[in-house]
Parts: sequence; C-alpha cells; structure tokens
Amino acid sequence: MGIEQKAANLGFATMRLEQAVNWARTYAMWPMLFGLACCAIEMMAGQAAKHDMSRFGMELMRATPRQSDLMIISGRVTRKMAPVLRLLYDQMPEPKWVVSMGDCASCGGIFNNYAIVQGVDEIMPVDVYVAGCPPRPEALVHGILTLHEKVRGESLKTWA
Amino acid sequence: MNEELQPAVTALKERFDARAEEFRGQTTLFLPSDQIVEACQTLHDDFGFDFLEVETAVDYWPKQNPRFHIVYQLYSIQKQLRIGLRVPISGQTPSLPSLTGLYANANWREREIWDMFGIHFEGHPDLRRILMPHDWEGHPLRKDYPLGYEEVQFSFNAEEIDQDKPYAKE
Repeated sequence: MGIEQKAANLGFATMRLEQAVNWARTYAMWPMLFGLACCAIEMMAGQAAKHDMSRFGMELMRATPRQSDLMIISGRVTRKMAPVLRLLYDQMPEPKWVVSMGDCASCGGIFNNYAIVQGVDEIMPVDVYVAGCPPRPEALVHGILTLHEKVRGESLKTWA
Repeated sequence: MNEELQPAVTALKERFDARAEEFRGQTTLFLPSDQIVEACQTLHDDFGFDFLEVETAVDYWPKQNPRFHIVYQLYSIQKQLRIGLRVPISGQTPSLPSLTGLYANANWREREIWDMFGIHFEGHPDLRRILMPHDWEGHPLRKDYPLGYEEVQFSFNAEEIDQDKPYAKE
C-alpha cells in the first residue's frame, strides 16, 4: 500500500506541492484595475453580476500594483502611457501574470499610427492574448481560464 | 445669414479687414492674424459673444497657401448666435496672439494647436505639449508629418517583420 492510500485512510488528502501552490495561485488571483479604454467597459461587465469573475477568485480589483497578481491591460496604450505602464508592471510583486485584452493591447488594433504602441508585448511579456474589439465578457473569462490552465502547468522554478 | 448677426458682421467689416463667407446658414469671417484679438474683444464686449466654443487649426499644405487656418467659433449664450472666424497664416513656425486673456478656455486649445501643428501663441501663459509626450519631436497633425504606421503582417512577410519588432524580454 502506498503512503497516499495509508494517509488517505487516516483522513489526510495528499497532493504535490507544485499542484497545491498553483491551485492556490489560480483561485486567488487579484487583478489590477487597469482599464484604459473601451475594453475596460467589457472588463467591468465581466466583473459585474451576469458574467462574474469573482467566481474565479477575482473578487476585488486592486488599484495598487503592490497587492495585485494579474494585470489585465484593457485598451489602447499610447506612447505617452507606455512608460507608466512599465513602471506599474515593475511595481507588481512576483508571481505576476499579464493578460492583454482586446485587439489594441495585443497588436495595436485598428490604430496603426505614431501615437499607439503596436501591441503591449513591445513593453512587457504577455501570458494570454484575448482577441476582440472589444472581447465579450465571456471571451475575457475564457482568457482567464486559459491563464489558469497555464498557471496549473507551471513548475515551482518559474517563480522561485 | 441670420439677421441678428448682421450688425456684428457689419461692425467687423468696418473696423477690421474682414471678409465674410456664408455656407448653409453659417457665417465665417476671415481676419488677419494681428487683428484677431481686437476683433474677438469687439465681439465679446459689444455684441455679447461670451463663449469660445471651438478653437482649432487646419493644415492645407500643399494645396493652399497660406497653409494653416486657425478656426474660432464664438457663441452668444444670451442671443443663441454662432459666428465663425478664420485666420490664415503660413510659415514653418507661425505665430499669432493668444486669446487666453479674453477667454480662459482658450488655454488648452492653444496648447493642443501648438502640440499638433506647431503654431506658436504669443502671450500664452504656459505653452507646452498637451497630448504627445513632452519630449516628442515634430508636430503630428501637419500634412508633411509621416503617418508613422507599422507594416501590416501578412503571411508572406510576417517572419521578417517579427524579427525587427522590439519585443520585451522580461
């Protein structure tokens, strides 16, 4: 009989440390309030009653980067805003993830000009890209679930 | 033309070198740049145009010379009348007097015109960039400013563009 079955008979549930840590990180991920433009409205709709992101642990959106894990960049990033964005990203403590929501944050969207950064991955590493202009709240929730799968597959060494 | 505007237009034509144009019920007066402040002062004091609604600029390069037109639109709240003024001006860094002494909301509009067109306003208390980053070079809404777009990635050139694009590493 393995130790797991022995422990289970005694009333202990066992799992690997990696699984436990990733499970905890997934279900208590606090996003940072970073709505820039129209996608922010859909993010708010995702947070509201009908499509509820607090089902996934994202009950509160922290306005301060010091207490948040996830940055959902929703909206166009201008060249003037780009250094501010990088500063806020650097202020977030690890482990941290980035979801690029919408077309403008992923690739510049319909704005291909001097003023808009063509994709926020020019500034910071992105984990999940959510396409749409703006993406429906369900699409954002799908993006969050994809991020959860990614986090579940991470090893301890990623953020150690 | 709206009959109530007629006295204002006549007064401006007498005192300044104004040329009037009318289009679809909207009256526009063309004025030279050194008379614009006095003309607006006259309209403000004598004819009750107390609200500056619009102050922007247009660049007509290379089709028209003078190249820039500064467009003002004054509104009278009491009488509900609108009148438009245009100041044609040209040059690489043109300059004209500021309306901030008369209308306080001209402050940010003139900052925007400076930022986007490079038209300097004399007498403006704080003329600096408002929309672009403060160390930006160039004035984006001029017609000779490059569009600044990134080449569109199709399947045949996607990898080449990808290699040159600056991605953040960490």
